[in-house]
Amino acid sequence: MADGVPVSSTLPPSTIKSRPRYQGLQAVPTARHNLVAADGEGVRPVLRMLSGAPPGFAGRTHVLYAGSETSAAEDLDRLHSLGTAQVDVLPTSDDLIRALDGLLSTASMGTRLYAAGTEGFIGRVLTIAIGHGIDHKSVLTEHSGSRARRVQCVHCKRITEDVTVSIFECAGCGVLLFVRDHYSRRLAAFQGVCANAEDPSQRPVPEEAYP
Amino acid sequence: MSFSDVSHKEELLVRVEDVAQVADRVKRFRLVPVDSERLPAFSGGAHVTVMMDNDERRIRNPYSLMSSPACTHAYEISVLRVEESRGGSHYMHTRVSPGTELWITPPGNLFPVHQLARKHILLAGGIGITPFMAMTAQLSTLRHRFELHYAMRTEASGAYGKVLKERYGDRVRLYRTSLGERIPLTDLLEDQPLGTHLYVCGPERMIDSVLESGRLAGWPEENLHCERFLPPPGGDPFVVRLARSELDVHVGEHESILEAVEAAGVNPPYLCRGGVCGQCETRVLSRDGVLDHNDHYLTAEERDAGQQLMICMSRFRGRELTLDL
Repeated sequence: MADGVPVSSTLPPSTIKSRPRYQGLQAVPTARHNLVAADGEGVRPVLRMLSGAPPGFAGRTHVLYAGSETSAAEDLDRLHSLGTAQVDVLPTSDDLIRALDGLLSTASMGTRLYAAGTEGFIGRVLTIAIGHGIDHKSVLTEHSGSRARRVQCVHCKRITEDVTVSIFECAGCGVLLFVRDHYSRRLAAFQGVCANAEDPSQRPVPEEAYP
Repeated sequence: MSFSDVSHKEELLVRVEDVAQVADRVKRFRLVPVDSERLPAFSGGAHVTVMMDNDERRIRNPYSLMSSPACTHAYEISVLRVEESRGGSHYMHTRVSPGTELWITPPGNLFPVHQLARKHILLAGGIGITPFMAMTAQLSTLRHRFELHYAMRTEASGAYGKVLKERYGDRVRLYRTSLGERIPLTDLLEDQPLGTHLYVCGPERMIDSVLESGRLAGWPEENLHCERFLPPPGGDPFVVRLARSELDVHVGEHESILEAVEAAGVNPPYLCRGGVCGQCETRVLSRDGVLDHNDHYLTAEERDAGQQLMICMSRFRGRELTLDL
């Protein structure tokens, strides 16, 4: 929007072609209704968007927030004070995704969707959106918080959330996984492949890669 | 050409099998292949470009395919006779009859059905109905949910209202603008399920107003689709220098750069000839004057930079223009 608020992202410029671009949250002033999903630190860009939005925008906005009510108490108070139509705090992102799924199933065109938070969370919101016929390019997204990755083990298909290291042991099949720089939009996850297939005696040392 | 040359790959020779007057000023042409059993497959929304060899020049006009994509034994197109014809519509109406042979390009589609849509709303104005004839056939076969709103001046000018009503019943609504009937756009944009896509084809003013209403109702750009049938605008004549061909080409009042360049024997790639697809994007090597960008392809920044030109629609005012052709 023309309010000149700089859009920040904590992700470094991506050289990974398959990784979605998170363009930053921007209010769509013409939207009839706004659904905003945020986890953890994602509440910050939501606040920034709402405080810079045109009059009346917050009153058409329903925020779903996954995180602890106590740690984000101040931010949640501000959400209310900005005139947000509804703020729901869900204990986990699983609960949030379920609630969002329900809301989208009765939503109509003119409703715009926004997602802010970790990459894994944004990816899950996008997957749900696509399931309701929303084009992923029309969802406004902003990365905020940890750079942790959501990883699918290509061997046993188990999804591991919040992976911050380059190499880890899959809790599903015990294989030592190397996290590849390839993102699957369908799975909303990066790919983990066996790190020592040639020589199982090798145990590469994990590095803190995605803090 | 340095990139893939879509337009001249393989033009097809077809014979006009049938010509039917389907409305006041509309003729339908049925085209069958001359050298083979079947024509290339296409999808709803596709068009072909028809070559018409006039006495002094070759006219190339794009027309939507309106027959069912399920049938490749023949293509059907409809042509509206326009008073201020640049030659194409007049040629089709007066010089083409059963037995005439024509060269056409293979189909290209710049107005495809969005396969993942939950519902399709099709809005047609006048001759803009043609792409929807093929689209509705395809959507109906695939059992996709759609509704078609078709505005026409009078019943006699609406070429396909009756046949569409017969085929699709309640899914088709007709509006006679001479009786003051209007497509209820505002209502249509309310309460549509998520994943609804909207398509519009018709007069420029209708397209612009539909797209604008869609945006104002909060619809994302990704869900709004249009096809424009705009002839290249005329203007003062000018000369364009083609650097690679080492030619100076005169662009007349009523022709586009692309047409003038083709007449001079240079064949740049093209697809839509309406400033939408980007195929004919050409590098501007030097200029002393103003580019009139009449396309819908380049971004505002690209226009301002003035280093590219869509030669099917855009013009030039000034002393000298050199293109990378």
